[in-house]
Amino acid sequence: MASVAERLSAAGTANALELRGVSRLFGALVALDDVTMSVRPGERRAVLGSNGAGKTTLFNAVTGDFPPSSGVIRFFGEDITWFPPHERIRRGLRRTYQISLLFGDLSVLDNVYLACRGVSRGRFSLLRPRRNDALMQSAIELVEAVHLSAVRERLVAQLSYGEQRQLEIALALAGAPRFILFDEPAAGLAPGERAELVEILSSLPRHIGYIIIEHDMDVALRVAESVSMMHNGRILKEGTPAEIESDREVQELYLGGGHG
Amino acid sequence: MAATTNTLNPDADRAAPSAAQSLPDWLNRIHPAVWLLALFLLFVPAFTNDFIQLQVFGWAFVLGMIALSLMFLAGYGGMVSLVQMTVAGCAGYMYAIFGHSAFMEVSLGWPWWATIPIALIIAVLFGTISGALAVRTEGIYTIMITLAIASAFFYFTRQNYTIFNGFSGFNAVRPPPLFGVDWKQATPFYYLSLFFATLSFLAVLYVSRSSFGLALQGVRDNARRMEALGFNVTAHRIAAYSFAALIAAVAGILLTWLNGQISPGTAGIGPVIDILIIAVVGGLRHPIGPFIGALIYVVLRTFALDALVAVGIAGERFQLLIGLGFLLIVLFSPDGVLGLWSRWRARLRKRRSEL
Repeated sequence: MASVAERLSAAGTANALELRGVSRLFGALVALDDVTMSVRPGERRAVLGSNGAGKTTLFNAVTGDFPPSSGVIRFFGEDITWFPPHERIRRGLRRTYQISLLFGDLSVLDNVYLACRGVSRGRFSLLRPRRNDALMQSAIELVEAVHLSAVRERLVAQLSYGEQRQLEIALALAGAPRFILFDEPAAGLAPGERAELVEILSSLPRHIGYIIIEHDMDVALRVAESVSMMHNGRILKEGTPAEIESDREVQELYLGGGHG
Repeated sequence: MAATTNTLNPDADRAAPSAAQSLPDWLNRIHPAVWLLALFLLFVPAFTNDFIQLQVFGWAFVLGMIALSLMFLAGYGGMVSLVQMTVAGCAGYMYAIFGHSAFMEVSLGWPWWATIPIALIIAVLFGTISGALAVRTEGIYTIMITLAIASAFFYFTRQNYTIFNGFSGFNAVRPPPLFGVDWKQATPFYYLSLFFATLSFLAVLYVSRSSFGLALQGVRDNARRMEALGFNVTAHRIAAYSFAALIAAVAGILLTWLNGQISPGTAGIGPVIDILIIAVVGGLRHPIGPFIGALIYVVLRTFALDALVAVGIAGERFQLLIGLGFLLIVLFSPDGVLGLWSRWRARLRKRRSEL
């Protein structure tokens, strides 16, 4: 693994993602409470926390699905706090959803093709895509990268749950992602599928950083090099996986007795 | 019609990736039933009179096109727009206002090559602006806001005399005598409307599998996810209104030629609702649906009166028969004639596999 200094100089000085005092209110409920966090380019971080800790709300604030009530979000130095979601995506931000949001009536390839089209020009093209288009080729490669070539032409509604989770990841890898938010990608997967997921995540190019929300500590600690612990909408602790695992407060709150 | 299943199935298109390069292969994929239908439509004037060509087929093609523009928005975009008939009416009005009519105090008398493009552009603009107002609403609110725009257009044209000539509108609006043909005659108009109906049908069929069409269906199924893939969902929806408006506008000019006039009643509340009925009765799942719906509608409208008189009921009750016909279709098949057709095929296939 390259040193922190090397990676910083390679990607410039700006953080991939920087949150300053980000809060999100739903009525009287404070879902995010003054969250400040920064993630370097290429850094891979896990976000842990119990249900309702604000992890998915954090993702929704970053992608603009539900913009923050206050605070500033910077993406590679650019203030994106009030950008519409599609503008953030076009700048290289990606996300997956906890409950797959896919297009069930379209084929696997068409789903991935749409994702590729969304971050390239020609979104309004009235021409049909051809098999030898560059964009269709990259969609085909992407389907292969997430091990779905065998079901490429199948309608997404007919896929197994695990296959849908893999497709969810393929959509996030379309185009030139610089930073990805994975929302519980391993949830509901069989052990074999989890291994496949870990392999897919580990084989991502080094310059792509991500934040992963994951309850499965085996997965989270194998694919992340730093950990943020959330509780009641706040960042409770940050550190390396080893530090977080050995932290007593964290153990009491989340890991219970001796799980890690 | 059998092509419906062929194109409804996305795998079918993928099955022949080289289709675009080799023409024979591309031709092979067309179902024989489509050839038969095309042949039939081409030779209709050979065995029908002027009345059938103009009052049945001419009307069915034109109303089918307007319903097709509704089907495009509703079927692929999930947006039920009641403004499509109004867009058609707008195009017809613009053609009459910029071109020739019996009311030359208002009509500007410009040549056809200027009038037709201007009418299309203004109508598409009108459809796009209506779309821009409607796209931020969903479901029943989209229906309400587009109905409101349609009503506003109807009352405005009826009360405005300086531009729209109020209640009477414009009479004696004729198609230009291009190539020395009087396009208002039954057979020429039959082929003219057949040409544009086929063109718009094929255009919708093609665009439904284009990048724009795929994305539109994505927006219909999951707008939030489309935003998260980098699509500007609002812009995409508005663009769909523009595309649909172009089809409706072309149909609107044809409609004005067919009627020989344009008046507020052309795009009144009744016709606006009729277009919705035509699209729903035909089916919103495939672009052939609106044309089937239009044919049923026109046949019922044309012959209901005679049928009633024949069985000894007062002729003015013909609306009742039309209503009952639609009620029956929608009752037995909420997704229109197309749904009836696909269920019948599924049952046939099942029976065959049991044998």
